[in-house]
Amino acid sequence: MDSTRTQTVTDTEPDFPWGRAPYPVLVADAAGVLVRLNDAAQVLLPAARPGSRLADLVPAWLAEADQAVRLAGPRSTPSRIPASGAIGTRRFEAHASTRDDGMVAWWLVDDTDRQLTREALHMERERTAFLAKASSALLSSLNLARCMDITAQLAAENLADAALAIAPARDRWLPVVSCVRGGTPTAGKEAISPDDVPGLGEALRGFPPVPSRWIDPSLAPPWMIPEGFGPIKAMVITPLPGHGVPAGALVLLRKEGSAAFTEEEEVFARLFAARSGAAMSAARLYAEQTAITDVLMRELLPPALHHVAGVHYAGGYRPSADHERIGGDFYDVHPATQQGDPTLVTLGDVCGKGLEAAVLTGKIRSTLHALLPLADDHQRMLTLLNAALLDSHHTRFATLVLASVVRDGHRVQVRLTSAGHPKPLIIRTDGTVEEADTRGTLVGVLPEVRARTTTVTLAPGESCVLYTDGITEAKGGPLGDTLFGEQRLVRALSGCAGMPAEGIVEHVQMLVSQWLGNRRHDDMAVVTISAPRTHHLNAVDGRTRGRYTS
Amino acid sequence: MNPSTPPRTLGHPHIRELTDQLWNAVATADEYLATDVVLRALDDGVDPETVLLDVIAAVQGTVGEEWAANRISVAQEHAATAINERAVTALALHPAARTTPHRGRITVACVDGEWHALPARLVAEVLKLRGWQVDYLGAQVPAHHLISHLHTTKADAVALSSSIATRLPTAHAAVTACQAIGLPVLVGGAAFGPNGRYAHLLGAQAWAPDARGAADRLAQGPLPRPQMDHQPVDDLPHLADQEYTLVVRNNHALVRAVLLALEDAFPAMRAYDDIQRERTAEDLAHIVDFLATALYLGDEDLFTWFIAWTAEILQARGVPARSLPPALDLFARELKDFPRARRILRRGVETLTTDSSTTAGTPA
Repeated sequence: MDSTRTQTVTDTEPDFPWGRAPYPVLVADAAGVLVRLNDAAQVLLPAARPGSRLADLVPAWLAEADQAVRLAGPRSTPSRIPASGAIGTRRFEAHASTRDDGMVAWWLVDDTDRQLTREALHMERERTAFLAKASSALLSSLNLARCMDITAQLAAENLADAALAIAPARDRWLPVVSCVRGGTPTAGKEAISPDDVPGLGEALRGFPPVPSRWIDPSLAPPWMIPEGFGPIKAMVITPLPGHGVPAGALVLLRKEGSAAFTEEEEVFARLFAARSGAAMSAARLYAEQTAITDVLMRELLPPALHHVAGVHYAGGYRPSADHERIGGDFYDVHPATQQGDPTLVTLGDVCGKGLEAAVLTGKIRSTLHALLPLADDHQRMLTLLNAALLDSHHTRFATLVLASVVRDGHRVQVRLTSAGHPKPLIIRTDGTVEEADTRGTLVGVLPEVRARTTTVTLAPGESCVLYTDGITEAKGGPLGDTLFGEQRLVRALSGCAGMPAEGIVEHVQMLVSQWLGNRRHDDMAVVTISAPRTHHLNAVDGRTRGRYTS
Repeated sequence: MNPSTPPRTLGHPHIRELTDQLWNAVATADEYLATDVVLRALDDGVDPETVLLDVIAAVQGTVGEEWAANRISVAQEHAATAINERAVTALALHPAARTTPHRGRITVACVDGEWHALPARLVAEVLKLRGWQVDYLGAQVPAHHLISHLHTTKADAVALSSSIATRLPTAHAAVTACQAIGLPVLVGGAAFGPNGRYAHLLGAQAWAPDARGAADRLAQGPLPRPQMDHQPVDDLPHLADQEYTLVVRNNHALVRAVLLALEDAFPAMRAYDDIQRERTAEDLAHIVDFLATALYLGDEDLFTWFIAWTAEILQARGVPARSLPPALDLFARELKDFPRARRILRRGVETLTTDSSTTAGTPA
């Protein structure tokens, strides 16, 4: 209000000492007729003259406040929130004081700057809240498609009437997610060259850094305009910075009738783009890493087992760390190359756990695979594997079981050799559980391995269970500190007579898992070799539910 | 095994015949016959969804009933379930079940520690039949695996299954983890209580009573998006008293203390062999699990329901339930600084002493 303060004083009277007061002052009598006004008021309302009606001079909000003050009378307490509004280009708060004779003096306090500050603060708060919300939404996902959805939707809700998130091209297809305000994001892909749209090619390359680019709406290709959107007023393409990885571009569209983008809005859009670009490039890196891990892991994952040459196999594996999928236990079923030859089943445990152990299981598994032509001679296989392990730079050792399985009529012959490994268990039809009589030294430590081989015959419905010590050494139970142990395993298996191979594996896994609760454990593997129950047997046997309900 | 009431086969005589045939195959552990029954039904033009839900699911319900009534063992229940699983696999490969995905993508999984995969499997197969692209992750899925799977696929929603109520805290962790990455969650299974009351409590976007209900709900339209600024702890303010945390942390010490005290109170227990002693300890551990879950949910009814059910199960196995009330009293004695836990245990004792059906035949 510097301008009013420097005004010359035209009227100073003893009963009106506010002629030079820096704030506009207006005094009106009981009838609402303006009696006095000071210099500042005169500058603000150049047309005001004493004798005019106040209501005709001032804006409606002040006239209403004047009316309200007069109705309330002189003794009333002034309202806590003063009336406020615009006069000309500035905003004022109006404070009234009423005399007993009905004279009302209005003090007008200029609060334009405060109002502007308040508005700016409000806008900043909203923007910060939006950026915080955007960050938490974007940070929570490591999925590129979902990050694009979030980007398009947030931009459409907060920055424009519609938005497109565009990722760098994959095989000539440009992944595009578009979203209209109030709608849901829709994903698609466009077979176009990004360079056909001005600014898009540069934005998608991610380097060199380019500013946002205003695009003449008439140049927008039809695929960029959402269905039913109508003519475009303004369009801007902002790069999504990916920090070394091209992340994509954000296209903002405003409808005919909306305001154009301001400089400030464009700067703000860039702040948002920085966040969404970082999230999208992180998601892209994660997807690439996952793809690499999946390929490398594929060879180390335990195989899915099924029927081979008239024998049923099932396997189950639980690595020591629940967040990993591989570990130091392994198993394989190698079908014979010649019909009638035995299938070789291997199950083993490498000392140690985690990824390093898993890498060694991979080596052992490929060595055993290479030794398949010698599968008839378990002792020789173990000797060669032992030599290979002693030669390698790994200091780890392993225990394993070899099983050569061949179907013989309705029966199945299994030749078993254990090298330092828990003895396989055989479930007979009557529920008896036998230990296979095989033992030997572990591989990878001593210059020589010795092992005794045994042969067991499985009648239809009988199974041979190979397992690693992670099962029997599982610590837990109701008191928390008991080993699951072989006895408990034998007891569980004796209830599994006649069960299908998968059923046995799942049953053992479930019991051990319940035994463990949430406690830590070692890698655990189980493989079941089952002689199928034949149709013939069922028909003759004629077992019905009576067997179970008795 | 979950003690939920299995679905009944109603109406259609042909369906009842199929159900009987499949039950016979399952009860005799004859997987060939089981797959034959299913494949023949499909060849005869029976709708695959009907075979899944009105035949296979109904038989699975009977398996659960037979177990609860002590007519089959846990291992037999497992064998029966394995054969039912095979029947589902056979069905999924039949040309009648072949569908081209034309809807969105759904991830179906069981929560960690949940071994009953069949209900989730049925949901997965029904959704496939109804044209969804389904990622079925199977039983016992640690939240870590579930979340990394969701990061690498773009599912529209997650369907989580849990049949055992004691897995609800774990289920809650999985639900909130999915929601944190912006995915809505539909839950189902006996764990979520009558009318899915715990589903709502734990903040799931939707609950379905069975596979058909899940498919119908998803067909109605997309599930609401989770609120990103929602804090899971706001749903369970009672957790602030730490009773849940402390009971879970000390569960083994609790079981041990009560087991010893029970031996003092019931000298006959000293003659128990190792297996009997272990069974008793397991029963006590179960009580602690349910007590902890009731503390987590802030729901006493869950515990009283469990106690009534345990009494029934014990009775079916010819075990007197008379040691249950003293066991609950002993737990209350151990947990003297835990007002919520004590109140829950007291309600448990009241259930046993007022419910005549459980006390009948158990000379106290």
